[in-house]
Amino acid sequence: MSEQRAEIDRERRRLLGAAAGAGAALAAPAVVVRALETTPRDNPADGRVRWGLAIDTAKCAAGCTACVDACAHENGLDLQRPPEGATPADWAAQRAVWVRKVRLRDDQTGRETNLPLMCQHCEHPPCVDVCPTGASFKRADGIVMVDRHTCIGCRYCMMACPYKARSFIHEALSDQLSHVPRGKGCVESCNLCVHRRDFGIPSTACAEACAETGHGAILFGDLADPDSAISRFLASEPTRQIREDLALNTGVRYAGV
Amino acid sequence: MKRIVYREWRLAPARYWGILGVLALMVGAGLLAFAYMEHEGHWVTGMNNAVVWGTPHVFAVFLIIASSGALNIASIGSVFRKPIYKPLGRLSGLLAMALLAGGLMVLVLDLGRPERLVVALTTYNFKSIFAWNIFLYTGFMAIVIAYLWSMADRKGDPFIRPVGIFALVWRLALTTGTGSIFGFLVARQAYDAAILGPMFVAMSFAYGLALFVLVLMFGFAEDRRPIGARMLRRLKNLLAVFVLAVLYFTLVYHLTSAYGAKDQGFEGWLLFGGGVYTFLFWVGWILLGSLVPLGILYHPVRGAEAPWVAAACVLVILGGLAALAVVIIASQAYPLQLFPGKTILESGFLDGVGGQPAPYHPTLPELLLGFGGVGLALLITAVGVRVLQFLPESLADEVLPIDEETIEQPVAKAA
Amino acid sequence: MVNAVSTTRTLAVALLWMLAVLAVAPSASARNYVVPGSEAAGLGACVEPTELMRRQHMEFIKHQRDRTVHSGIRTSKYSLAGCVECHIGHDVRGQAVPINRADQFCGACHAYAAVDLNCFDCHAAVPRGPMAGPMAEAARRAVGEAHHGQGAGQP
Repeated sequence: MSEQRAEIDRERRRLLGAAAGAGAALAAPAVVVRALETTPRDNPADGRVRWGLAIDTAKCAAGCTACVDACAHENGLDLQRPPEGATPADWAAQRAVWVRKVRLRDDQTGRETNLPLMCQHCEHPPCVDVCPTGASFKRADGIVMVDRHTCIGCRYCMMACPYKARSFIHEALSDQLSHVPRGKGCVESCNLCVHRRDFGIPSTACAEACAETGHGAILFGDLADPDSAISRFLASEPTRQIREDLALNTGVRYAGV
Repeated sequence: MKRIVYREWRLAPARYWGILGVLALMVGAGLLAFAYMEHEGHWVTGMNNAVVWGTPHVFAVFLIIASSGALNIASIGSVFRKPIYKPLGRLSGLLAMALLAGGLMVLVLDLGRPERLVVALTTYNFKSIFAWNIFLYTGFMAIVIAYLWSMADRKGDPFIRPVGIFALVWRLALTTGTGSIFGFLVARQAYDAAILGPMFVAMSFAYGLALFVLVLMFGFAEDRRPIGARMLRRLKNLLAVFVLAVLYFTLVYHLTSAYGAKDQGFEGWLLFGGGVYTFLFWVGWILLGSLVPLGILYHPVRGAEAPWVAAACVLVILGGLAALAVVIIASQAYPLQLFPGKTILESGFLDGVGGQPAPYHPTLPELLLGFGGVGLALLITAVGVRVLQFLPESLADEVLPIDEETIEQPVAKAA
Repeated sequence: MVNAVSTTRTLAVALLWMLAVLAVAPSASARNYVVPGSEAAGLGACVEPTELMRRQHMEFIKHQRDRTVHSGIRTSKYSLAGCVECHIGHDVRGQAVPINRADQFCGACHAYAAVDLNCFDCHAAVPRGPMAGPMAEAARRAVGEAHHGQGAGQP
């Protein structure tokens, strides 16, 4: 657990170092370009790409929350604090959660399954259909997210989501990370680490953390590229979508459920 | 039959301002509750990430559908050619507008970012039923104003029927649309049912009429204007039919769900094991909200007595709030069925571990906001009937127009 | 008739603008809101000429934000992270001070003009997290390229 954290922190320091380098290099702008390890996107997100996740539940360990912790760390969710006066029970239901671990037992066979559950990045997302202002939208590369500049906080998307993937921000926030704007009165959810997508950083925080624990249960990649690791996995392993009956063509697929 | 005379509500000033004061207090408390929720954030409410719509939405949806139902009286008078209802057309229109304003106030003030209302009014996703409803609500307001004008102005007479028909079609769309906000949600066991559309139409008729009859009785009693037995019988029979219609749709809705195995879990929970929600359903919605009022309204003696009819109206309204609490809140509290045939043993985020429903405990600000909407609706009505001629001077048997318009006796000649 | 109305309106709007300019111009030159010690304090102008920035910054940010949120374009010189990075002030201990605070760059001017500022309801008011540097750097590069006539930030 602490080891994963340390690893993530190392990653952070690497980036921070780059940033500090960039800052120090102000006097000599020529150095800046080489010091940066990110490549910000300068053309619109590509419709030929479809980002997604493949989750091998056989490898997902009971009790491990590496993906949840990494997500919270990456997106500043670990900075949320219960408002003064909120009971722990209220807070458990009102805080924002982008990914959670779920443990299931088959009623007939008794077989247990562990899996992480997050926004499934549907091809036909119900949250996008119902949003009155169009704030809930699907990016060209398949990422379903919320434009919080037009979100009015009506929560209809949360009513419509079959996966309860979205969170409403119930309290005022003041310590957001620069790359993850989030605030009171709007709805948010997993965005497949969209800042990583736009700055050319590989993988997602959850997939990276899962790999670092050695479980390797989460695979991130381009579903539209037949040669990507995720596509090869999905081509060879039997997987399914959660609530397949709704025909949403989810971008997150599960093996072993 | 005499000509119908409309008069402003003539209460003694002290009495009138007293009533306005109470209503203004309700609105003020609602606005304070809003300010508190808006300043602190929604954590001060009982709503959470599983039950995202709570008590404010129960009141908002109740007021909005009751608004559509309150216009029923005007429709029956002018569209369905029942002259006996014509004297009530103006009040019907006023109450419809007032209730809609109250409902929309609650709905808007519960938004996470209410200051962005202008975004909601300028940016649309036309695939969203919610977006259609914004047009249905604002359009309804405009149509009712036109309807009121046609009923109140001498020059408006030729327009009453066409505008009335348009208003009728529009409000059927409005209530169907409001029901469809829930009915079109495929993800949830309790929703995903097209019957919620027509069920909301029936609910709107019943709740709107119950509110209308109460407002009418109160307004007339305060000003010592008479309501004759003929009118009372008409209204109470109409209310009973609407309550029966709601019961019918309720029955079909639950039979549909209970028949297929996939929703039996939800039905079993709601009808037998849902705690407070089971109580709200059986005692609130079915017993006190439907069966008892039906018993009163169809009672040979009690059904003709104004206080008993008023009591039945109160029960229908309370039952309606219970019904909407079941439709809106219980349906969210029941966990999403993500993994049919599997039990969730552990979850990091309220997934209904062991079939447990999601928590929801309404808080005071939510209730005050809801009552604020009711207060606003009644405040608008009270001001309207005071300054303009909305209320007929008398509904005594001898001044009322005929019940039915017939081919031999068209109303134009009778009048 | 229509022309007369529109001419009157144009005149009225022009008058209002002149009044606004007269009201703002002396105070703006009298008080420099750029926080001493911030990166911006050492530069001659922002990503556009100062006068343009004073009147149009919200438009620049608004158009940019849609392209960033919906298309993922991060190489705009109108990046809010860029604003914060360059204009941020520091306290005596070297800690960044929230930029929307009433004595800071954004907060001071918005308080003076009595215009509600809600960017920082959601956005970080200080550079925070590992991406703050790269995000600001992308904006910085866009400015540099724009100065070299490359028109960076335009797709």
